[in-house]
Amino acid sequence: MSLTTRHRSADPTSAVVVERLTKHYGSVTAVDDVSFEVPEGQLLALLGPNGAGKSTTIDMVLGLARPDAGRVSLFGGSPAEAVSAGLVGGMLQTGSLVEYLSVRELVTMVASLYPHPLPVSEVLELSGTAAFADRRTNKLSGGQTQRVRFAIALVADSDLLLLDEPTAALDVESRREFWESMRAIAARGKTVIFATHYLEEADAYADRIVLLARGRIVADGSTTEIKAKVGGRTIRATLPDAGLAQLAVLTGVTTVDRQGDTVTLNCADSDLALRGLLDRFPAVHDIEIRGAGIEEAFIALTADDTTAERQEI
Amino acid sequence: MGATYLRSEVLRSFRNRRFLILSLAFPVVLYLTITGPNRHHSFDGVAFALYFMMGMAALGTMSSVISSGAVIAADRSGGWTRQMRITPLTTRSYFGAKVVCGYLRALLTIALLCLAGTAFGVRLSAVEWLTVLGLLLVGLVPFAVLGIVLGHVLSADSFAAAMGGIVTLFSLLGGVYAFQLATSGPLFQIMRALPSYWLVQAGKAAVGGGGWPAEGWIVIAAWTVVLTPLAVLVYRRDTNRV
Repeated sequence: MSLTTRHRSADPTSAVVVERLTKHYGSVTAVDDVSFEVPEGQLLALLGPNGAGKSTTIDMVLGLARPDAGRVSLFGGSPAEAVSAGLVGGMLQTGSLVEYLSVRELVTMVASLYPHPLPVSEVLELSGTAAFADRRTNKLSGGQTQRVRFAIALVADSDLLLLDEPTAALDVESRREFWESMRAIAARGKTVIFATHYLEEADAYADRIVLLARGRIVADGSTTEIKAKVGGRTIRATLPDAGLAQLAVLTGVTTVDRQGDTVTLNCADSDLALRGLLDRFPAVHDIEIRGAGIEEAFIALTADDTTAERQEI
Repeated sequence: MGATYLRSEVLRSFRNRRFLILSLAFPVVLYLTITGPNRHHSFDGVAFALYFMMGMAALGTMSSVISSGAVIAADRSGGWTRQMRITPLTTRSYFGAKVVCGYLRALLTIALLCLAGTAFGVRLSAVEWLTVLGLLLVGLVPFAVLGIVLGHVLSADSFAAAMGGIVTLFSLLGGVYAFQLATSGPLFQIMRALPSYWLVQAGKAAVGGGGWPAEGWIVIAAWTVVLTPLAVLVYRRDTNRV
Protein backbone atom coordinates (compact mmCIF):
# COMPACT_ATOMS: atom_id res chain seq x y z
CA MET A 1 0.00 0.00 0.00
CA SER A 2 2.92 2.36 0.27
CA LEU A 3 3.92 4.26 -2.81
CA THR A 4 7.56 3.39 -3.13
CA THR A 5 7.45 4.34 -6.75
CA ARG A 6 5.12 7.13 -7.63
CA HIS A 7 1.77 6.32 -9.10
CA ARG A 8 1.31 8.65 -11.99
CA SER A 9 -2.02 10.13 -12.94
CA ALA A 10 -3.18 10.42 -16.52
CA ASP A 11 -1.44 13.76 -16.64
CA PRO A 12 2.05 12.79 -15.58
CA THR A 13 3.05 16.30 -14.55
CA SER A 14 0.32 16.92 -11.95
CA ALA A 15 1.43 16.76 -8.34
CA VAL A 16 -1.97 17.77 -6.99
CA VAL A 17 -5.41 17.40 -8.50
CA VAL A 18 -8.31 18.92 -6.60
CA GLU A 19 -11.73 18.24 -8.06
CA ARG A 20 -14.96 19.97 -7.01
CA LEU A 21 -13.98 20.00 -3.35
CA THR A 22 -16.71 21.00 -0.90
CA LYS A 23 -16.73 21.11 2.89
CA HIS A 24 -19.44 22.31 5.27
CA TYR A 25 -19.10 23.06 8.96
CA GLY A 26 -22.67 23.12 10.21
CA SER A 27 -24.52 25.64 8.07
CA VAL A 28 -21.30 27.31 6.92
CA THR A 29 -19.85 26.24 3.59
CA ALA A 30 -16.12 26.57 4.22
CA VAL A 31 -15.06 25.33 0.78
CA ASP A 32 -17.45 25.45 -2.13
CA ASP A 33 -16.81 23.52 -5.35
CA VAL A 34 -13.08 24.23 -5.54
CA SER A 35 -11.05 22.69 -8.36
CA PHE A 36 -7.43 23.21 -9.34
CA GLU A 37 -4.47 21.26 -10.59
CA VAL A 38 -0.88 21.89 -9.61
CA PRO A 39 1.87 20.73 -11.99
CA GLU A 40 5.04 19.36 -10.43
CA GLY A 41 7.54 22.04 -9.55
CA GLN A 42 5.01 24.87 -9.33
CA LEU A 43 4.92 27.36 -6.46
CA LEU A 44 1.25 28.06 -5.92
CA ALA A 45 -0.24 30.65 -3.59
CA LEU A 46 -3.70 30.20 -2.13
CA LEU A 47 -4.54 33.85 -1.60
CA GLY A 48 -7.56 35.11 0.25
CA PRO A 49 -8.80 37.02 3.27
CA ASN A 50 -9.36 35.27 6.61
CA GLY A 51 -12.21 32.80 6.42
CA ALA A 52 -11.82 32.30 2.67
CA GLY A 53 -11.36 28.55 3.06
CA LYS A 54 -7.58 28.35 2.61
CA SER A 55 -6.85 26.28 5.72
CA THR A 56 -9.78 23.95 5.10
CA THR A 57 -8.59 23.39 1.54
CA ILE A 58 -5.07 22.62 2.78
CA ASP A 59 -6.47 20.25 5.43
CA MET A 60 -8.37 18.34 2.76
CA VAL A 61 -5.36 18.18 0.44
CA LEU A 62 -3.34 16.74 3.34
CA GLY A 63 -6.09 14.29 4.26
CA LEU A 64 -6.62 15.93 7.67
CA ALA A 65 -10.21 16.78 6.82
CA ARG A 66 -12.60 14.66 4.82
CA PRO A 67 -14.36 16.49 1.98
CA ASP A 68 -18.16 16.37 1.92
CA ALA A 69 -17.92 16.20 -1.85
CA GLY A 70 -15.13 16.14 -4.38
CA ARG A 71 -11.79 14.45 -4.56
CA VAL A 72 -8.10 15.07 -3.91
CA SER A 73 -5.35 13.18 -5.66
CA LEU A 74 -1.65 13.56 -4.83
CA PHE A 75 0.79 12.09 -7.35
CA GLY A 76 -2.03 9.91 -8.62
CA GLY A 77 -2.89 8.42 -5.22
CA SER A 78 -4.99 9.36 -2.22
CA PRO A 79 -3.65 11.85 0.35
CA ALA A 80 -3.28 8.99 2.86
CA GLU A 81 -1.16 6.99 0.41
CA ALA A 82 1.02 9.99 -0.42
CA VAL A 83 1.45 10.79 3.29
CA SER A 84 2.44 7.25 4.22
CA ALA A 85 4.91 7.16 1.32
CA GLY A 86 6.54 10.31 2.70
CA LEU A 87 5.75 12.36 -0.41
CA VAL A 88 4.16 15.16 1.60
CA GLY A 89 5.50 17.67 4.09
CA GLY A 90 3.45 20.31 5.78
CA MET A 91 3.55 23.34 7.97
CA LEU A 92 0.24 23.82 9.74
CA GLN A 93 -1.04 27.13 10.95
CA THR A 94 -1.58 26.08 14.54
CA GLY A 95 0.07 23.47 16.62
CA SER A 96 2.32 23.44 19.62
CA LEU A 97 5.62 21.61 19.41
CA VAL A 98 6.55 18.64 21.59
CA GLU A 99 7.61 19.78 25.04
CA TYR A 100 10.74 18.50 26.78
CA LEU A 101 12.63 18.10 23.50
CA SER A 102 15.23 20.42 22.03
CA VAL A 103 14.72 21.83 18.56
CA ARG A 104 17.44 19.53 17.21
CA GLU A 105 15.92 16.46 18.86
CA LEU A 106 12.51 17.31 17.50
CA VAL A 107 13.73 17.86 13.93
CA THR A 108 15.81 14.67 14.14
CA MET A 109 12.74 12.74 15.29
CA VAL A 110 10.62 14.01 12.40
CA ALA A 111 13.47 13.28 9.96
CA SER A 112 13.54 9.66 11.16
CA LEU A 113 9.94 9.19 10.02
CA TYR A 114 10.69 9.90 6.36
CA PRO A 115 12.39 7.63 3.82
CA HIS A 116 14.85 10.20 2.44
CA PRO A 117 15.17 13.14 4.84
CA LEU A 118 17.55 16.04 4.41
CA PRO A 119 20.51 16.14 6.81
CA VAL A 120 19.29 17.72 10.06
CA SER A 121 22.20 20.16 10.30
CA GLU A 122 21.45 21.47 6.81
CA VAL A 123 17.78 21.98 7.69
CA LEU A 124 18.66 23.81 10.90
CA GLU A 125 20.77 26.23 8.84
CA LEU A 126 18.21 26.61 6.09
CA SER A 127 15.33 27.26 8.46
CA GLY A 128 17.29 29.69 10.61
CA THR A 129 16.94 27.52 13.71
CA ALA A 130 20.62 26.56 14.13
CA ALA A 131 21.23 29.39 16.60
CA PHE A 132 18.75 27.94 19.10
CA ALA A 133 18.86 24.27 18.07
CA ASP A 134 19.71 23.06 21.57
CA ARG A 135 17.00 25.03 23.29
CA ARG A 136 13.86 23.25 24.52
CA THR A 137 10.83 23.91 22.35
CA ASN A 138 8.84 25.47 25.21
CA LYS A 139 11.48 28.21 25.60
CA LEU A 140 11.03 29.70 22.13
CA SER A 141 9.46 32.94 20.93
CA GLY A 142 6.55 32.92 18.49
CA GLY A 143 8.80 33.65 15.54
CA GLN A 144 11.28 30.95 16.57
CA THR A 145 8.45 28.43 16.95
CA GLN A 146 7.30 29.28 13.44
CA ARG A 147 10.82 28.62 12.10
CA VAL A 148 10.89 25.26 13.87
CA ARG A 149 7.59 24.38 12.19
CA PHE A 150 9.22 25.29 8.91
CA ALA A 151 12.23 23.08 9.74
CA ILE A 152 9.87 20.18 10.44
CA ALA A 153 8.22 20.66 7.06
CA LEU A 154 11.58 20.97 5.28
CA VAL A 155 13.43 18.03 6.77
CA ALA A 156 11.05 15.58 5.06
CA ASP A 157 12.50 16.65 1.70
CA SER A 158 9.12 15.63 0.33
CA ASP A 159 8.07 16.26 -3.27
CA LEU A 160 5.06 18.29 -2.14
CA LEU A 161 5.14 20.94 0.55
CA LEU A 162 2.04 22.61 1.98
CA LEU A 163 2.50 25.71 4.07
CA ASP A 164 -0.43 27.29 5.86
CA GLU A 165 0.28 30.98 6.53
CA PRO A 166 3.99 30.24 6.87
CA THR A 167 5.06 33.79 7.67
CA ALA A 168 2.47 34.55 10.34
CA ALA A 169 4.28 35.61 13.54
CA LEU A 170 7.41 36.55 11.57
CA ASP A 171 8.75 40.10 11.42
CA VAL A 172 9.65 41.72 8.11
CA GLU A 173 13.30 40.65 8.17
CA SER A 174 12.48 37.05 9.12
CA ARG A 175 9.85 37.02 6.45
CA ARG A 176 12.43 37.92 3.80
CA GLU A 177 14.81 35.25 5.10
CA PHE A 178 12.02 32.72 5.11
CA TRP A 179 11.24 33.31 1.46
CA GLU A 180 14.92 33.12 0.57
CA SER A 181 15.01 29.63 2.08
CA MET A 182 11.77 28.79 0.34
CA ARG A 183 13.21 29.77 -3.02
CA ALA A 184 16.16 27.47 -2.40
CA ILE A 185 13.69 24.64 -1.79
CA ALA A 186 11.61 25.44 -4.84
CA ALA A 187 14.79 25.44 -6.91
CA ARG A 188 15.13 21.72 -6.13
CA GLY A 189 11.99 21.13 -8.16
CA LYS A 190 9.60 20.69 -5.25
CA THR A 191 5.93 21.48 -5.61
CA VAL A 192 4.91 24.07 -3.04
CA ILE A 193 1.45 25.30 -2.07
CA PHE A 194 1.26 28.10 0.45
CA ALA A 195 -1.67 29.95 1.93
CA THR A 196 -1.38 33.65 2.58
CA HIS A 197 -3.50 36.75 2.92
CA TYR A 198 -0.66 39.02 1.76
CA LEU A 199 -0.96 39.91 -1.91
CA GLU A 200 2.66 41.11 -1.97
CA GLU A 201 3.85 37.74 -0.71
CA ALA A 202 1.87 35.81 -3.29
CA ASP A 203 3.04 38.24 -5.96
CA ALA A 204 6.71 38.09 -5.07
CA TYR A 205 7.10 34.35 -4.60
CA ALA A 206 4.37 32.38 -6.37
CA ASP A 207 4.30 31.21 -9.99
CA ARG A 208 0.54 31.20 -9.83
CA ILE A 209 -2.20 32.45 -7.54
CA VAL A 210 -5.52 30.84 -6.76
CA LEU A 211 -7.66 33.54 -5.22
CA LEU A 212 -10.24 32.29 -2.74
CA ALA A 213 -13.09 34.20 -1.17
CA ARG A 214 -15.92 32.76 0.90
CA GLY A 215 -14.91 29.24 0.00
CA ARG A 216 -14.86 29.77 -3.74
CA ILE A 217 -12.20 30.32 -6.33
CA VAL A 218 -12.73 33.83 -7.67
CA ALA A 219 -9.62 33.94 -9.80
CA ASP A 220 -6.88 31.58 -10.88
CA GLY A 221 -3.92 32.68 -12.92
CA SER A 222 -0.38 33.93 -13.11
CA THR A 223 0.66 36.60 -10.63
CA THR A 224 0.56 39.33 -13.28
CA GLU A 225 -2.97 38.41 -14.26
CA ILE A 226 -4.17 38.34 -10.68
CA LYS A 227 -2.45 41.56 -9.85
CA ALA A 228 -4.20 43.26 -12.73
CA LYS A 229 -7.44 41.96 -11.35
CA VAL A 230 -7.14 42.61 -7.64
CA GLY A 231 -4.40 45.21 -7.63
CA GLY A 232 -6.15 47.34 -10.26
CA ARG A 233 -6.55 51.10 -9.96
CA THR A 234 -9.59 53.27 -9.58
CA ILE A 235 -10.25 56.43 -11.60
CA ARG A 236 -12.62 58.97 -10.08
CA ALA A 237 -13.68 61.99 -12.06
CA THR A 238 -16.45 64.54 -12.44
CA LEU A 239 -18.45 63.77 -15.56
CA PRO A 240 -22.14 64.74 -15.43
CA ASP A 241 -23.31 63.77 -18.91
CA ALA A 242 -21.95 60.29 -19.65
CA GLY A 243 -23.94 57.07 -19.49
CA LEU A 244 -22.52 54.28 -17.38
CA ALA A 245 -22.81 51.85 -20.29
CA GLN A 246 -20.60 54.08 -22.46
CA LEU A 247 -17.97 54.20 -19.72
CA ALA A 248 -18.08 50.48 -19.06
CA VAL A 249 -17.02 49.61 -22.60
CA LEU A 250 -13.80 51.65 -22.37
CA THR A 251 -10.69 49.47 -22.72
CA GLY A 252 -9.14 48.68 -19.35
CA VAL A 253 -12.29 49.34 -17.35
CA THR A 254 -13.87 46.48 -15.39
CA THR A 255 -16.78 48.10 -13.55
CA VAL A 256 -18.25 51.60 -13.25
CA ASP A 257 -20.30 53.40 -10.67
CA ARG A 258 -21.88 56.86 -10.33
CA GLN A 259 -22.68 59.05 -7.36
CA GLY A 260 -24.17 62.35 -8.47
CA ASP A 261 -21.75 63.94 -10.93
CA THR A 262 -18.86 61.74 -9.84
CA VAL A 263 -18.10 58.54 -11.70
CA THR A 264 -15.84 55.78 -10.43
CA LEU A 265 -14.10 53.46 -12.89
CA ASN A 266 -12.50 50.31 -11.52
CA CYS A 267 -9.74 49.45 -13.93
CA ALA A 268 -7.59 46.48 -14.76
CA ASP A 269 -5.40 48.87 -16.79
CA SER A 270 -5.86 52.46 -15.69
CA ASP A 271 -3.46 53.85 -18.32
CA LEU A 272 -5.55 52.56 -21.20
CA ALA A 273 -8.76 53.50 -19.46
CA LEU A 274 -7.58 57.07 -18.89
CA ARG A 275 -6.55 57.51 -22.54
CA GLY A 276 -9.95 56.27 -23.65
CA LEU A 277 -11.75 58.43 -21.12
CA LEU A 278 -9.99 61.67 -22.17
CA ASP A 279 -10.44 60.77 -25.82
CA ARG A 280 -14.16 60.05 -25.66
CA PHE A 281 -15.20 62.50 -22.95
CA PRO A 282 -13.17 65.73 -23.26
CA ALA A 283 -15.43 67.36 -20.65
CA VAL A 284 -14.10 65.10 -17.89
CA HIS A 285 -12.34 66.95 -15.04
CA ASP A 286 -11.05 66.60 -11.47
CA ILE A 287 -9.46 63.27 -12.38
CA GLU A 288 -8.11 61.24 -9.48
CA ILE A 289 -6.31 57.89 -9.83
CA ARG A 290 -5.56 55.62 -6.91
CA GLY A 291 -4.52 52.04 -6.36
CA ALA A 292 -7.14 49.79 -4.85
CA GLY A 293 -6.29 48.16 -1.54
CA ILE A 294 -6.22 44.41 -1.40
CA GLU A 295 -9.20 44.25 0.92
CA GLU A 296 -11.21 46.50 -1.43
CA ALA A 297 -10.15 44.31 -4.30
CA PHE A 298 -11.29 41.17 -2.48
CA ILE A 299 -14.59 42.84 -1.76
CA ALA A 300 -14.90 43.98 -5.37
CA LEU A 301 -14.22 40.49 -6.64
CA THR A 302 -16.67 38.82 -4.33
CA ALA A 303 -19.26 41.52 -3.61
CA ASP A 304 -22.01 40.12 -5.79
CA ASP A 305 -22.74 36.47 -5.28
CA THR A 306 -24.12 36.15 -8.79
CA THR A 307 -20.84 37.33 -10.27
CA ALA A 308 -18.73 35.41 -7.78
CA GLU A 309 -18.73 32.46 -10.12
CA ARG A 310 -15.26 31.52 -11.16
CA GLN A 311 -14.02 34.15 -13.57
CA GLU A 312 -11.71 32.85 -16.24
CA ILE A 313 -8.95 35.27 -17.00
CA MET B 1 8.69 1.36 15.18
CA GLY B 2 11.68 3.62 14.56
CA ALA B 3 14.26 3.73 17.34
CA THR B 4 14.67 7.50 16.98
CA TYR B 5 10.97 8.08 17.35
CA LEU B 6 10.73 5.82 20.38
CA ARG B 7 13.77 7.46 21.93
CA SER B 8 12.25 10.92 21.59
CA GLU B 9 9.01 9.79 23.22
CA VAL B 10 10.97 8.19 26.08
CA LEU B 11 13.06 11.36 26.53
CA ARG B 12 9.92 13.42 26.60
CA SER B 13 8.31 11.11 29.13
CA PHE B 14 11.28 10.95 31.49
CA ARG B 15 12.25 14.63 31.25
CA ASN B 16 9.01 15.65 32.88
CA ARG B 17 10.84 15.28 36.20
CA ARG B 18 8.25 16.76 38.50
CA PHE B 19 5.57 14.41 37.20
CA LEU B 20 7.90 11.41 37.18
CA ILE B 21 9.23 11.92 40.70
CA LEU B 22 5.82 12.60 42.20
CA SER B 23 4.23 9.59 40.52
CA LEU B 24 7.12 7.33 41.63
CA ALA B 25 7.36 8.73 45.15
CA PHE B 26 3.68 8.55 46.08
CA PRO B 27 3.23 4.73 46.25
CA VAL B 28 6.73 4.20 47.66
CA VAL B 29 6.30 6.71 50.49
CA LEU B 30 2.86 5.31 51.24
CA TYR B 31 4.34 1.81 51.33
CA LEU B 32 7.17 2.74 53.66
CA THR B 33 5.00 4.63 56.14
CA ILE B 34 2.15 2.11 56.33
CA THR B 35 4.15 -1.13 56.16
CA GLY B 36 6.43 -0.07 59.04
CA PRO B 37 3.89 -0.50 61.87
CA ASN B 38 2.16 -3.44 60.13
CA ARG B 39 5.17 -5.45 59.05
CA HIS B 40 4.49 -8.40 61.38
CA HIS B 41 0.85 -8.73 60.36
CA SER B 42 -0.59 -10.76 57.58
CA PHE B 43 -3.46 -9.81 55.30
CA ASP B 44 -5.61 -11.81 52.89
CA GLY B 45 -3.57 -14.91 53.68
CA VAL B 46 -0.12 -13.44 52.92
CA ALA B 47 2.39 -11.25 54.79
CA PHE B 48 1.22 -7.63 54.97
CA ALA B 49 4.55 -6.48 53.51
CA LEU B 50 3.92 -8.59 50.39
CA TYR B 51 0.24 -7.75 50.08
CA PHE B 52 0.77 -4.01 50.44
CA MET B 53 3.80 -4.11 48.13
CA MET B 54 1.49 -5.45 45.44
CA GLY B 55 -1.20 -2.96 46.37
CA MET B 56 1.13 -0.02 45.95
CA ALA B 57 2.65 -1.55 42.81
CA ALA B 58 -0.86 -1.81 41.38
CA LEU B 59 -1.58 1.82 42.30
CA GLY B 60 1.69 3.15 40.86
CA THR B 61 1.67 1.09 37.68
CA MET B 62 -2.00 1.78 36.90
CA SER B 63 -1.17 5.50 37.06
CA SER B 64 1.98 4.96 34.98
CA VAL B 65 0.26 3.33 32.04
CA ILE B 66 -2.95 5.39 32.15
CA SER B 67 -0.92 8.60 32.16
CA SER B 68 0.28 7.79 28.63
CA GLY B 69 -3.16 9.08 27.75
CA ALA B 70 -2.22 12.47 29.20
CA VAL B 71 0.49 12.78 26.54
CA ILE B 72 -2.01 11.81 23.84
CA ALA B 73 -4.46 14.42 25.17
CA ALA B 74 -1.70 17.04 25.18
CA ASP B 75 -0.73 16.15 21.59
CA ARG B 76 -4.35 16.49 20.55
CA SER B 77 -5.04 19.73 22.42
CA GLY B 78 -1.89 21.38 21.11
CA GLY B 79 -2.40 20.29 17.50
CA TRP B 80 0.73 18.12 17.39
CA THR B 81 -1.42 15.09 16.49
CA ARG B 82 -2.32 16.81 13.22
CA GLN B 83 1.35 17.41 12.45
CA MET B 84 2.14 13.74 13.13
CA ARG B 85 -0.73 12.60 10.95
CA ILE B 86 0.85 14.19 7.88
CA THR B 87 4.06 12.21 8.40
CA PRO B 88 4.48 8.54 7.43
CA LEU B 89 4.35 7.59 11.13
CA THR B 90 1.78 4.83 11.53
CA THR B 91 -0.98 4.98 14.12
CA ARG B 92 0.34 1.73 15.54
CA SER B 93 3.81 3.22 16.13
CA TYR B 94 2.38 6.41 17.60
CA PHE B 95 0.32 4.52 20.20
CA GLY B 96 2.98 1.83 20.59
CA ALA B 97 5.53 4.40 21.73
CA LYS B 98 3.12 5.91 24.24
CA VAL B 99 2.38 2.47 25.71
CA VAL B 100 6.09 1.59 25.87
CA CYS B 101 6.74 4.82 27.82
CA GLY B 102 3.92 3.93 30.23
CA TYR B 103 5.38 0.48 30.75
CA LEU B 104 8.88 1.88 31.33
CA ARG B 105 7.53 4.13 34.06
CA ALA B 106 5.63 1.11 35.45
CA LEU B 107 8.84 -0.97 35.53
CA LEU B 108 10.56 1.76 37.51
CA THR B 109 7.70 1.79 40.02
CA ILE B 110 7.81 -2.00 40.32
CA ALA B 111 11.58 -1.99 40.86
CA LEU B 112 11.35 0.62 43.63
CA LEU B 113 8.53 -1.19 45.40
CA CYS B 114 10.25 -4.57 45.17
CA LEU B 115 13.32 -2.99 46.79
CA ALA B 116 11.15 -1.48 49.49
CA GLY B 117 9.37 -4.81 49.95
CA THR B 118 12.67 -6.61 50.33
CA ALA B 119 13.65 -4.10 53.00
CA PHE B 120 10.52 -5.10 54.93
CA GLY B 121 11.28 -8.81 54.70
CA VAL B 122 9.51 -9.88 51.50
CA ARG B 123 11.43 -12.93 50.31
CA LEU B 124 10.52 -14.51 47.01
CA SER B 125 12.42 -16.92 44.77
CA ALA B 126 13.63 -15.73 41.37
CA VAL B 127 10.76 -17.60 39.71
CA GLU B 128 8.26 -15.95 42.05
CA TRP B 129 9.68 -12.47 41.40
CA LEU B 130 9.50 -13.08 37.66
CA THR B 131 5.94 -14.35 37.99
CA VAL B 132 4.95 -11.21 39.91
CA LEU B 133 6.53 -9.09 37.19
CA GLY B 134 4.92 -11.06 34.39
CA LEU B 135 1.46 -10.97 35.93
CA LEU B 136 1.72 -7.23 36.55
CA LEU B 137 2.77 -6.53 32.97
CA VAL B 138 -0.11 -8.60 31.59
CA GLY B 139 -2.58 -7.17 34.10
CA LEU B 140 -1.68 -3.63 33.00
CA VAL B 141 -2.75 -4.18 29.39
CA PRO B 142 -6.39 -3.08 29.93
CA PHE B 143 -5.15 0.03 31.76
CA ALA B 144 -2.84 0.92 28.89
CA VAL B 145 -5.81 0.68 26.53
CA LEU B 146 -7.90 2.71 28.99
CA GLY B 147 -5.22 5.41 28.86
CA ILE B 148 -5.56 5.59 25.07
CA VAL B 149 -9.35 5.86 25.38
CA LEU B 150 -9.13 8.63 28.00
CA GLY B 151 -6.49 10.43 25.93
CA HIS B 152 -9.08 10.83 23.19
CA VAL B 153 -12.13 11.76 25.23
CA LEU B 154 -10.49 14.13 27.73
CA SER B 155 -8.69 17.41 27.22
CA ALA B 156 -5.16 17.90 28.51
CA ASP B 157 -6.56 20.12 31.27
CA SER B 158 -9.12 17.67 32.61
CA PHE B 159 -6.97 14.56 32.28
CA ALA B 160 -5.21 14.65 35.65
CA ALA B 161 -8.43 15.12 37.62
CA ALA B 162 -10.27 12.39 35.73
CA MET B 163 -7.35 9.99 36.04
CA GLY B 164 -7.13 10.65 39.79
CA GLY B 165 -10.77 9.69 40.23
CA ILE B 166 -10.56 6.62 38.04
CA VAL B 167 -7.39 5.29 39.65
CA THR B 168 -8.85 5.87 43.13
CA LEU B 169 -12.00 3.94 42.24
CA PHE B 170 -10.05 1.01 40.77
CA SER B 171 -7.71 1.10 43.78
CA LEU B 172 -10.39 1.10 46.46
CA LEU B 173 -12.41 -1.65 44.82
CA GLY B 174 -9.31 -3.60 43.84
CA GLY B 175 -8.10 -3.85 47.43
CA VAL B 176 -5.01 -1.71 46.84
CA TYR B 177 -5.20 -0.06 50.27
CA ALA B 178 -5.28 -3.35 52.20
CA PHE B 179 -8.64 -3.08 53.81
CA GLN B 180 -11.47 -5.48 53.24
CA LEU B 181 -14.47 -3.83 51.60
CA ALA B 182 -16.17 -7.20 51.27
CA THR B 183 -15.22 -10.86 51.40
CA SER B 184 -18.44 -12.18 49.92
CA GLY B 185 -21.63 -10.94 48.33
CA PRO B 186 -22.30 -8.80 45.26
CA LEU B 187 -19.69 -6.12 46.11
CA PHE B 188 -17.05 -8.82 46.33
CA GLN B 189 -18.15 -10.13 42.93
CA ILE B 190 -17.77 -6.61 41.50
CA MET B 191 -14.30 -6.31 43.04
CA ARG B 192 -13.24 -9.62 41.51
CA ALA B 193 -14.44 -8.43 38.10
CA LEU B 194 -11.93 -5.53 38.11
CA PRO B 195 -8.45 -5.84 36.60
CA SER B 196 -7.02 -3.85 39.54
CA TYR B 197 -8.10 -6.64 41.92
CA TRP B 198 -6.03 -9.11 39.95
CA LEU B 199 -3.02 -6.79 39.86
CA VAL B 200 -3.06 -6.83 43.67
CA GLN B 201 -3.64 -10.59 43.72
CA ALA B 202 -0.57 -11.13 41.51
CA GLY B 203 1.61 -11.33 44.67
CA LYS B 204 -0.46 -13.98 46.33
CA ALA B 205 -0.80 -15.87 43.05
CA ALA B 206 2.96 -15.87 42.49
CA VAL B 207 3.82 -17.39 45.85
CA GLY B 208 4.78 -20.97 45.11
CA GLY B 209 5.25 -20.10 41.43
CA GLY B 210 1.64 -20.27 40.33
CA GLY B 211 -0.39 -17.71 38.44
CA TRP B 212 -3.89 -16.31 38.60
CA PRO B 213 -6.81 -18.71 38.65
CA ALA B 214 -8.72 -18.86 35.36
CA GLU B 215 -11.04 -16.12 36.66
CA GLY B 216 -8.17 -13.64 36.80
CA TRP B 217 -7.07 -14.30 33.24
CA ILE B 218 -10.67 -14.03 32.02
CA VAL B 219 -11.19 -10.66 33.76
CA ILE B 220 -7.99 -9.20 32.27
CA ALA B 221 -8.83 -10.55 28.83
CA ALA B 222 -12.44 -9.36 28.98
CA TRP B 223 -11.49 -5.78 29.92
CA THR B 224 -8.93 -5.73 27.13
CA VAL B 225 -11.41 -7.10 24.60
CA VAL B 226 -14.05 -4.54 25.58
CA LEU B 227 -11.74 -1.52 25.78
CA THR B 228 -9.79 -2.11 22.56
CA PRO B 229 -12.67 -1.52 20.11
CA LEU B 230 -13.62 1.48 22.24
CA ALA B 231 -10.10 2.88 21.75
CA VAL B 232 -10.39 2.32 18.01
CA LEU B 233 -13.79 4.02 18.02
CA VAL B 234 -12.68 7.15 19.88
CA TYR B 235 -9.56 7.37 17.72
CA ARG B 236 -11.66 7.20 14.53
CA ARG B 237 -14.13 9.75 15.85
CA ASP B 238 -11.24 12.06 16.72
CA THR B 239 -9.60 11.86 13.29
CA ASN B 240 -12.90 12.39 11.48
CA ARG B 241 -13.85 15.41 13.51
CA VAL B 242 -10.94 17.61 12.50
